[in-house]
Amino acid sequence: MLTSGIILLAGSLLSPNPGLIFWTAVTFVIVLLILKKIAWGPILGALEEREKGIQSSIDRAHQAKDESEAILRKNRELLAKADAESDRIIREGKDYAEKLRADFTDKAQAEAKKMIASAKDEIEQEKRRALDVLRNEVADLAVKGAEKIIKTALDADMQKKIVDSMIQDLSTKRN
Amino acid sequence: MKRLRVTKPKAIIKVFAVLLPLILCGFGVASASSEHSSGVSGNVAAAPAVEVAHGGAEAAPEEEKAGDVIMHHILDKGVLTFEPFGEVSLPHLSIPASVPVLGGLDISVTKHVVMLWLVSAALLIVFSIVGGKYKTMNSRQAPKGLANAMEALVEFIRLDVAKSNIGHGYEKHLPYLLTIFFFILFCNLLGLIPYGATATGNVNVTLTLSIFTFFVTQIAAFRAHGVKGYLQHLTAGTHWSLWIIMVPIEIIGQFTKPFALTVRLFANMTAGHIIILSLIFISFILKSYIVAVAVSVPFAIFIYLLELFVAFLQAFVFTMLSALFIGLATAHEGHDEHEAAVAHH
Repeated sequence: MLTSGIILLAGSLLSPNPGLIFWTAVTFVIVLLILKKIAWGPILGALEEREKGIQSSIDRAHQAKDESEAILRKNRELLAKADAESDRIIREGKDYAEKLRADFTDKAQAEAKKMIASAKDEIEQEKRRALDVLRNEVADLAVKGAEKIIKTALDADMQKKIVDSMIQDLSTKRN
Repeated sequence: MKRLRVTKPKAIIKVFAVLLPLILCGFGVASASSEHSSGVSGNVAAAPAVEVAHGGAEAAPEEEKAGDVIMHHILDKGVLTFEPFGEVSLPHLSIPASVPVLGGLDISVTKHVVMLWLVSAALLIVFSIVGGKYKTMNSRQAPKGLANAMEALVEFIRLDVAKSNIGHGYEKHLPYLLTIFFFILFCNLLGLIPYGATATGNVNVTLTLSIFTFFVTQIAAFRAHGVKGYLQHLTAGTHWSLWIIMVPIEIIGQFTKPFALTVRLFANMTAGHIIILSLIFISFILKSYIVAVAVSVPFAIFIYLLELFVAFLQAFVFTMLSALFIGLATAHEGHDEHEAAVAHH
């Protein structure tokens, strides 16, 4: 009780001391001025510089990211284009080869048809020629036979013999 | 869990092993002192323990003097006491009467003035080292050691105290806020070491610091609004018929702010010391080692650790409120919402 009473009643706890106020003010102002010069200037400057540096680094990183994304997109586009190009070239080649093959086949078939037709024509011609030759021969034989008949004249037996001999001739000739 | 269960009993046994002789000795002394009806021997024996727990406490010869001893420790005086080595008396000075305004003022160097100078010396040493490091450092290097520790505090004051409370133009007030923060912090911390005294536990010191905040706030308000705007600020934007009430209230409000700062810092710093010393004196009043070991020393250590926290807290609160007052004084009405939004982010 006594202790707390002394503390409470002690006016000196709140007593003003102009000397201390004076010294506090002087000390604080001097410390403020010196610290402002030697410490706060460099420290705050460095902090601000670093803040700016970090901000610019972030900005640069974002920029680089955007740039790299753009490049990547471009590369992908180029790659897709190249893929399409190669596809197109392959397809074209295939088409061309197909066409070429079809052309060759057609040509060969046409050639073969032409050859067959010409062979047929030749055969027809030969056949016609052979028939012509045969017809001439038959006409000749008929004329000869008629000649002989006329030569021997009106003898039946004779005529009969002549015809027989002619037929025989013919049969031997054929054989 | 398992490890805790194993170690806890062991630790308790160890503590008891250390304390047992002390307790037994305490009983012996207590009985002896009761026989001889004199507590002097016990108090003298306990003095070194008290010296460890706090600085400048003196072994009181009688319990009735406990209050005197506490006041002796708290109050300012013209001597530096180094118990038990002796004391150094400080010079009595006064400004010559020929000086116009301050003539004849007693400016004797006292214990708290010496503490202020020690704090200033510590501040200048620490920050000349840190500032030197920042001068030689380029922006690509990371700070380390002392510079890094101080940077954390500086950055805290810069962003969380100054920028968020003052807003636009906070850079101008940064040197003042930083200085006041570190000045108070170092004062508070130096008061906690043995033989130290807490200069911020003296109402004159805190009053002076508050007056600085007051002037900084007023100058900032004048700069931000001009004389006309400043006077308009005093009317708080009310109808002219209310001015007869509003103007005195606003003017009183200007002075209550530094008054609150003064008393808050002074009372907080003084109270912690009074509590520590009172806890220590419980053992002297009861003349018992058991009380000293079980109550006084553990509780005093607890309060001491709390005081370490309070040292930082009160320095922060003073700086924070200074920044807040500056921010309030410089806030433009039109930009209030904008600044509130900025502070919110």
